[in-house]
Amino acid sequence: MSEAWLNEIQQQFAATGIETVEHHPARLLPARQLEIAPHAWVPATALCRQCAMRWAAFWVRETGSGLEAFSCLEKGGGYLILSTRLGEQQPLESIAHLYPAADRPQRHAHDLFGIAFEGQCDSRRWTRHQAWREDDFPLRGDGQTTKPPAPTPAPTPADDSYPFVQASGSAVYEIAVGPVHAGIIEPGHFRFQAVGETVINLEKHLGYVHKGIEKLARGRDLDGLARLAGRVSGDSTVAHSWAACQAAERVLGVEPPPRAQLLRAIMAERERVANHLGDIGAICNDVGFAFPHYQLSRLKERLVRDNALLFGHRLMMDRIVPGGVAIDIDSQGADHMFACTQELESEVARLIEIIERSESLEDRLMTTGRLTPEWAAELGCLGYVGRASGCDFDVRRDAPYAPYHRVEVAVPGYRAGDVAARAKIRADEIGISLGLMRRFVELLEPGEHRLPMPQGRGGEGLGIVDGWRGEIISYLALDADGRVERFFPRDPSWLNWPALEQLIQGNIVPDFPVCNKSINGSYSGQDL
Amino acid sequence: MLGMFHKIFKTGLVTEEPASDAEIEQLAPELKRMVDKQFRGSLAIRMVDAGSCNGCELEIHALNNPYYAIERYGVHFVASPRHADALLVTGPVSRHMEAALIATYEAMAKPCYVIASGDCACNGGEFGVNYASCGAVENVLPVDLKIPGCPPSPAQLTRGLLILMGQREPVQR
Repeated sequence: MSEAWLNEIQQQFAATGIETVEHHPARLLPARQLEIAPHAWVPATALCRQCAMRWAAFWVRETGSGLEAFSCLEKGGGYLILSTRLGEQQPLESIAHLYPAADRPQRHAHDLFGIAFEGQCDSRRWTRHQAWREDDFPLRGDGQTTKPPAPTPAPTPADDSYPFVQASGSAVYEIAVGPVHAGIIEPGHFRFQAVGETVINLEKHLGYVHKGIEKLARGRDLDGLARLAGRVSGDSTVAHSWAACQAAERVLGVEPPPRAQLLRAIMAERERVANHLGDIGAICNDVGFAFPHYQLSRLKERLVRDNALLFGHRLMMDRIVPGGVAIDIDSQGADHMFACTQELESEVARLIEIIERSESLEDRLMTTGRLTPEWAAELGCLGYVGRASGCDFDVRRDAPYAPYHRVEVAVPGYRAGDVAARAKIRADEIGISLGLMRRFVELLEPGEHRLPMPQGRGGEGLGIVDGWRGEIISYLALDADGRVERFFPRDPSWLNWPALEQLIQGNIVPDFPVCNKSINGSYSGQDL
Repeated sequence: MLGMFHKIFKTGLVTEEPASDAEIEQLAPELKRMVDKQFRGSLAIRMVDAGSCNGCELEIHALNNPYYAIERYGVHFVASPRHADALLVTGPVSRHMEAALIATYEAMAKPCYVIASGDCACNGGEFGVNYASCGAVENVLPVDLKIPGCPPSPAQLTRGLLILMGQREPVQR
C-alpha cells in the first residue's frame, strides 16, 4: 500500500514540474529517497503537505563540495526522503511555515553546520548557548582536521540572554524555571507568561545537555556507535541502539538472525513497560495520589531486576549490538519471563482498575493539558502523545520491521488528548506489550544471536524503530573504511516537546508538572 | 477505596532489609549509623543532572522506590541547594550546564560534599571532553566521592553514600 502511495506522490511531483532523481540502487531503504533541486525544496514540501504527509525529520550532512539536506516524511507507513545538495554558503528555504515542527531541527542544523534558512520567521539560535561562537560551526570539517573551537571564556558563561517571547500588560508576569529543576530530572529552561494562575504562554529553551553526540560519532567503529547510540537517551537505550544498529545493518546488508530479532523486540517491549509503569505512577504522584506511584514503582523495580537477571543489565544498555544481541537467554530464562509477564499483567490490571475508580484523580487529569487532534497532527506528535490525540501512527504496525512483521500489534488510540488520555494509552500499551513479549518468547527458536559485521565497507542507511516515546529515525553514513561519517538520531521528543507548549496554554501553573510528566520528553535525546 | 486498602494490605511490606544482597545487608545499618552520627540523622542531597543521558536519573529515582526506600536511613533529596549537605552530580558536565552547576554549588552552605555519580561524572565516560563537554565533574568542581557505573545501580549508590559518610571532612577548597 505504501509503495502505491509513494508512486503516486512521485507522479504528482512530475505533474507539477518538480524534477526528481531517484538513486539506483536505492540509498536509504526502506524509505524512498528523491533528490530535488534546492529551488524545488519548498514546492515539493508544500505538495507533501497538501497530500497530508506527516513531517518527521530533518538533518544535514557534509559532502565534499558543500552540504546535503534531508527531510523525512511519512504517510500510511511509507517513508519519503527529500534531499537536496547545496554549495558552500548556499542557503536553503525554510519549510517551517509548512511544517512548524521543522523549526527547531532547522535551527539546530544552523547552529551546528552554519546552513542558513531563508524565510524562517524564527531565526534565533537553538542548540548553541555560549560554548562556541556564533560564527563557529562544530560539525563543519572532516573530524580529523577540524580547526579547534575558538576559545570562549572558561567557565562557560551562563546563557542568560536568550531572547524569549515577551508578553506585556499590567497583570502579566513571568516565571522562569530551570535549567536546574526541583527534582531528579534533566535540565532545561521553561519560561512562562501567566495572568493570575493561568498560563498564557510557555516557551522552552533546551540545549543544556548538548554534549556533542553527532560529532563524537564521527570516526567511530560500529561497536562504538552502538554504545554511543545507547546513551543518546538513557531511558530509551534499547530503542536508540536498535535504530542505530538497524541502520548499520542496512548499510552493510546484514540481516540479524531471527533469534536476535526476537530478543531485541523483547528488550524493547520491556523498556516500554518499565518506563510506562514508572511514568503512570509519577503522573498520579504529581497530583498527590501516592498509592499508584509506590505500587507501580514496585512493579517497575521487579521488572528491571529481571532485566539484570536475564540480560545482565537493569536498563539493558549495550545489549543490542551490530549484527544481533550481546547476550542470549536460556530456556529457563524464557520460562521465567513468560510466567512473570502473566503475573505482572494481572497486577497491573488490578492497579489500573483502582486508579480509574479514583474520582479525585479523574478530576485532576481529565481535560487537563488538552492537545487537540488538530494540533497533534499539525506538529506530527508521536507515541502516546500522538495516540491520545488521534494520531495513532506506530512503526511496529504501520511500517513493520523484523520481528514485528510476524505478529499483530494493536495500537490504542483516543482523541481526548488530555493527561488522562495519555496515561490511559500507556496503561493500554503495557498490556499489549506484555502480550507481545509472551508471543515473542513463544516464537524463540534455537539459533545464533549475533552475526559478524563485514569490515571496510561504506554507504548510507536508515534505522526506524518504535521506542516507548514513539518513532525513532536514525541516519547513518559510513565512510569507505566502515567508520562513521555521519550519525543523526532523531528522538521522538523533537516532535513531542512543541506539543507541551501548546497544551499548557489556558491551564493553571500548578498543573504544569503533571502536564510535563504526561509528555515526558527527553532532554538528552533532543539536545544531543 | 476498599480496593486500594486491600491492595496495600495484600502487597505487604516489600522494603528490603536488603537481604537479597549480602553486601547491602551489612551496608544499610552502617549507612543509617553514619547518617545519624555525621549529619544528625538527616543527609540532604541536591541532585543535578549536568549532562547525563538520563540513565543515572532512573537509578537515582529507584533509590526512592519501596524496595530501597533510602529515606528510611535519613537520606533524602531536596529541591533547594540551600538545604543540601551534598551535591550529587550526574553526566559529563556539558559546557551549557557549567554555569548552572557552579551556581548550584555556590548556593550550598559550606562545608558540603560533591559526589560524582556514574562513569560520565567520574571520568567523562562515553563523551569525554569536547567542544560541548567539560568531561568529568572534577574538571569543574572539587569532588569528594566518585561512584562509578553506567549507570550505578541503587545498590552501588547506597554503597557510595556509605563510603562518603566514612570520610571525615569534605575536600577543602
